[in-house]
Amino acid sequence: MSHVRKSLPLLVLVVLIVLPYSTLPVPGVFESPLNSPGTLQMLALCLVFGGLALGYDLLFGRAGLLSFGHALYIAAGAYGTDILVSHAHWPLWAAVAVTVPAVAVLAALLGAVALRTTGIAFAMVTLAFAQVGWIVVNRDPGGLTGGEEGLPLDSAGLPASLVGVADTANLYWVALAFLLVVVVVVHGIDRAPLGRVLTGLRDDERRVSVLGLSAYRLKLGTFVLAGALAALGGAVHALIVGGASPHLASADLTLSLIVMAVLGGAGTRWGAVVGGVVYAYLDQRLTQIGGALPGPLSQPLFILGTLFVLAVYFAPGGLTGVLKRRGRLA
Amino acid sequence: MSTVILLTLTGLGLAALYFLIASGLSLVFGLAGVLNFAHGLFLSVGAYATWWAEPHWGLAVAVPVGIAAGAATGALVEVVLIRPLYKRPTEQVLVTVGLSLAGVALLQSVWGADPRTFPRPAWASEVTTIGSAQVPDDRFLLIGTAVVVLLALLTFLHRTRYGLIIRAGVENRDMVSALGIDVRRAFTLVFTIGGALAGTAGVLGGMYFGSVSPGQGASLLIFAFIVVVIGGLGSVTGSAVAAVVVGLLQQFVNYYGAAGAGDVSVVALLALVLLLRPSGLARTAVTA
Repeated sequence: MSHVRKSLPLLVLVVLIVLPYSTLPVPGVFESPLNSPGTLQMLALCLVFGGLALGYDLLFGRAGLLSFGHALYIAAGAYGTDILVSHAHWPLWAAVAVTVPAVAVLAALLGAVALRTTGIAFAMVTLAFAQVGWIVVNRDPGGLTGGEEGLPLDSAGLPASLVGVADTANLYWVALAFLLVVVVVVHGIDRAPLGRVLTGLRDDERRVSVLGLSAYRLKLGTFVLAGALAALGGAVHALIVGGASPHLASADLTLSLIVMAVLGGAGTRWGAVVGGVVYAYLDQRLTQIGGALPGPLSQPLFILGTLFVLAVYFAPGGLTGVLKRRGRLA
Repeated sequence: MSTVILLTLTGLGLAALYFLIASGLSLVFGLAGVLNFAHGLFLSVGAYATWWAEPHWGLAVAVPVGIAAGAATGALVEVVLIRPLYKRPTEQVLVTVGLSLAGVALLQSVWGADPRTFPRPAWASEVTTIGSAQVPDDRFLLIGTAVVVLLALLTFLHRTRYGLIIRAGVENRDMVSALGIDVRRAFTLVFTIGGALAGTAGVLGGMYFGSVSPGQGASLLIFAFIVVVIGGLGSVTGSAVAAVVVGLLQQFVNYYGAAGAGDVSVVALLALVLLLRPSGLARTAVTA
């Protein structure tokens, strides 16, 4: 049993890697065969949101920092990369290599202010900072962000292997690689002493301070790391959907990250990943079939929001918590 | 000069909206400790109830209907959803987050995502000349309502037994419980009051913007949150002062600065206040 549990993630990874070679149709779950561009793009978005949700869970589930402004760093990553590629005509790799550290610096500056507060005030301050990002993106300063329309990614600056519809498989692998990076980083932290200190911060900050550790510096470091992971995810998101849109900067995006983490099981190894993948899948799939459903069921957010409220009451450990309990009973 | 008068009155009108939302949020947070993301939903419900009732019964009936709808939503949410989760603050926040997502989607599925034209009394569309400025009358409606609400709230908090329980509960909830008073009844009360105020803000916001849409509450809510934090959590007077500062700052900087600069300056003010006085303008959270 423990062998199976240990090798299960590896097995899933192998299946995910070879998945674009499969022409298997999965009726009801996807509209077209697995290797069709439509299905691959949908899966790629699921993987990206799995990674984004786990990155957010580094703050929320592990360090206990309820940030309402994570969308800011995702949007900064997406728009930063997009602007450098589409306006400044930089090559993609250079744009990403500059954007991610720049967003990390932004996270350090804003985090340094926000982390002087705790609890609810911290949530409000991060929300307010992110709101500025949303306003700036929508106002389209100097024609940089494209306003409400968003900024399409100029394909001239992209490597040829990431441009065509037939190359969707490559985008899928990029998304998978991003998820893998986040998993390696976050699980690495979980295993290191740092992970235990972060959990300690979440549970009782004073006890960590008594040990002579600076809670402020630890939290700021985590905030910056999560910001950098979010920026990378934003860049990958822009690559997959072919541009950056203001929705990425909205408070709704942060709220959905929280929903993902909680739905999957915040603070657990795989909870946020599972939550992110399931949420992104349902969001896209319900939008596809939404027209066929009656009344409020045609709104994906109505179903997802209701599911989320029910999960908070009846499944406090999220999806992974439910699976674990069932495993223990069996 | 006329521009300054117009900007001041428009800023105060906006401040009135912020105050109506923020005072309810602030009381709910101060007493029950709930950060209520569903507050924007109360606002939208109130606005849609008025919009729906107006063709049937006329505006004079539709406005109380909207306020009552907001109050009823607030009470219902507290009793059904929040009450089982006291002592679990994170879960409470999460439930209100889920509720705000699902509620807005529900409104959208019933009345569509597009803004609907909102009814307003005929006189509110006219203008009054003050000095050299032509000021639309809806500003006075907003400001007047907010002043009346502020005075009524302060009277209620300082002159009635329930007001006393709420004020004491904000300062020390455990002590009030220890004295044998059922604080939870007061929780339902502040949610109802907050819902009624949010419904009022929804109706007035609909008249002010001339339309109502499902997401309207959420966009006002963020500025109301800022007002609550600047004013000090749990303080009604603090909310009023902060709302005026935020409303005026936003209007003037938006007019004289670059587009969107007003909204940014409000956030800068928030950061400044939190750095200098982390507990907000009122410093200690009391409902004075």
